[in-house]
Amino acid sequence: MNILNFINAFFSDSAHWQGYDGIPTRLGEHVQYTLEALAIAAAIGLPVGLVTGHYGRGGNALAFIAVAGRALPTFGLLVLMTLSLGFGLVNVMIPLVVLAVPPILVTTYEAMRSVDPAPVDAARGMGMHEVEVLFRVELPVALPLILGGLRSAAIQIVSTATIAAYVSLGGLGRYIVDGLYQRNYEKVVGGAALVALMALGTLALFWGITRLTVSRGVLRSN
Amino acid sequence: MIRIDSVTKRYPDGTVAVDRLSLEIPDRSITVLVGPSGCGKTTTLRMINRMVEPSEGTILIDGKDSRQQPVNTLRRSMGYVIQNAGLFQHRTIVDNIATVPRMLGWGKEKARARARELMERVGLDGSLAKRYPYQLSGGQQQRVGVARALAADPPVLLMDEPFSAVDPVVRKGLQDELLRIQDELGKTIVFVTHDIDEAVKIGTMVAVMRTGGKLAQYAPPAELLSSPADAFVEDFLGTDRGIRRLSFFPSAGLRLLTGPVVAVDATAEQIAARETAEAPYLLVTDVDGKPLGWSEPRQLTAGSVDIGQLLPYGRPFVAGTDSLRAALDCAVLSPTGWAVGVDTEGRVAGVVSQQAIGEAIRGAHAQGLTDAPVPDSKVG
Repeated sequence: MNILNFINAFFSDSAHWQGYDGIPTRLGEHVQYTLEALAIAAAIGLPVGLVTGHYGRGGNALAFIAVAGRALPTFGLLVLMTLSLGFGLVNVMIPLVVLAVPPILVTTYEAMRSVDPAPVDAARGMGMHEVEVLFRVELPVALPLILGGLRSAAIQIVSTATIAAYVSLGGLGRYIVDGLYQRNYEKVVGGAALVALMALGTLALFWGITRLTVSRGVLRSN
Repeated sequence: MIRIDSVTKRYPDGTVAVDRLSLEIPDRSITVLVGPSGCGKTTTLRMINRMVEPSEGTILIDGKDSRQQPVNTLRRSMGYVIQNAGLFQHRTIVDNIATVPRMLGWGKEKARARARELMERVGLDGSLAKRYPYQLSGGQQQRVGVARALAADPPVLLMDEPFSAVDPVVRKGLQDELLRIQDELGKTIVFVTHDIDEAVKIGTMVAVMRTGGKLAQYAPPAELLSSPADAFVEDFLGTDRGIRRLSFFPSAGLRLLTGPVVAVDATAEQIAARETAEAPYLLVTDVDGKPLGWSEPRQLTAGSVDIGQLLPYGRPFVAGTDSLRAALDCAVLSPTGWAVGVDTEGRVAGVVSQQAIGEAIRGAHAQGLTDAPVPDSKVG
């Protein structure tokens, strides 16, 4: 039996489409974990990246934090959190957020730094406040790169959120962990395929968001 | 009026960009700050709208210290044009121009209507309104930059090397356009450039600055060319300032001769009649009176003039409108040493010799520069 047969068998089994262990439930849980982790990471990474990028200060500190964040093993952090805090969603959120903040933070900072200084100078010269300069001049131009950072973070979260299953939570990781335990490879491959599909869906979603929110003048001139 | 009163800009590392500079910038005229790089001209400009804060001294705007009002209110009362225009690439042309009116709280439609009006004023086609900056050439972008600065009708316009990044032909067009707009609007313009020719061409007053942020000379361009204050200014003006100064002498006083001019279809009698002691050559024109070239009278055969054999006549000057510089240039360009004066339609008004132009130059020198400067539109 090859992988395609596994996938076919997994998805055509009607039992996999209903109940608390059905694909809709697990997919819903996975989407929920992803959205929560991404929202928290963005709430931390975006403001810090926007402000440091705007003023052009703190780039070295950001690089240090990013390297440190990337060096932390997500799985190890999860185990550590569970040992010290007990079981719960927070234990999963912390490693996922630690994973997602660096790409958001660093890309946002870099995106703001790469904005052409001439329009910014012109904007200040015509009497724009700093907040207006940030949101009306720099952000619209930096947006494609910033969305790129969010997209990387989102995809990393989608693929890593499978670890939630190791600490008795749901999500698509459930199929992989349970399948391995039960030696049910049909389930393992099916779960992995769902994660891959969701990652592709995330890519498509960000492509759509970029098309909708980024000005044509910026998309074409880059 | 903008008055810069012994202003110094010193940076924390000790560098002095501008050193006790005092300058009175007259209203409704173009004042040019010119000098080599590092002379503090841009710093001076940026201190007027407080993009750079002076370390010492004051800048008075209509008698009031520029620090008395909030910085953004001050900046909104001054148009600001920079090199490469600095357009907002995410906004359409019309929305770029409407930026300041929108900041001042104008409604969207009113601001856009105003923007379209300004596009016309700076010579931009209305069809560009919905385009984005990346779709425009450098020269067009710079026009948008000027329109954007004029949008809220500020009394003052600050221009920082606005035309430096475009090619010479486009630059000349932009300079002419600026002079035309200034004729209509009468703004108080402070213009920074490193190009002395640009300074002399567009400036009502020119402030030459030297390295270290010191004022070397502040004078109208004609005076600058005739009597540079010191060796630095003289050196900065370049080698041909005598010729360039002729741009400020009108050609109206030249006596144009119509005797040595014949039409291409002239008869032998007409050619013989035109042959005078006044001029060794005859200028042949086409039937409309436009110049074709010079010829010696005896080489002209009635009815069959070989246009290919005629001597070149250089670049004719518009009699009365162009300066003596244009007339002299025309005389120097032709191997005959004679200049061709034309009317605005390009028809020959008369011819004049190098000697006669030389006399006119000597006469103008004797008379001084009492005549109003004429814009030189023929010779860069």
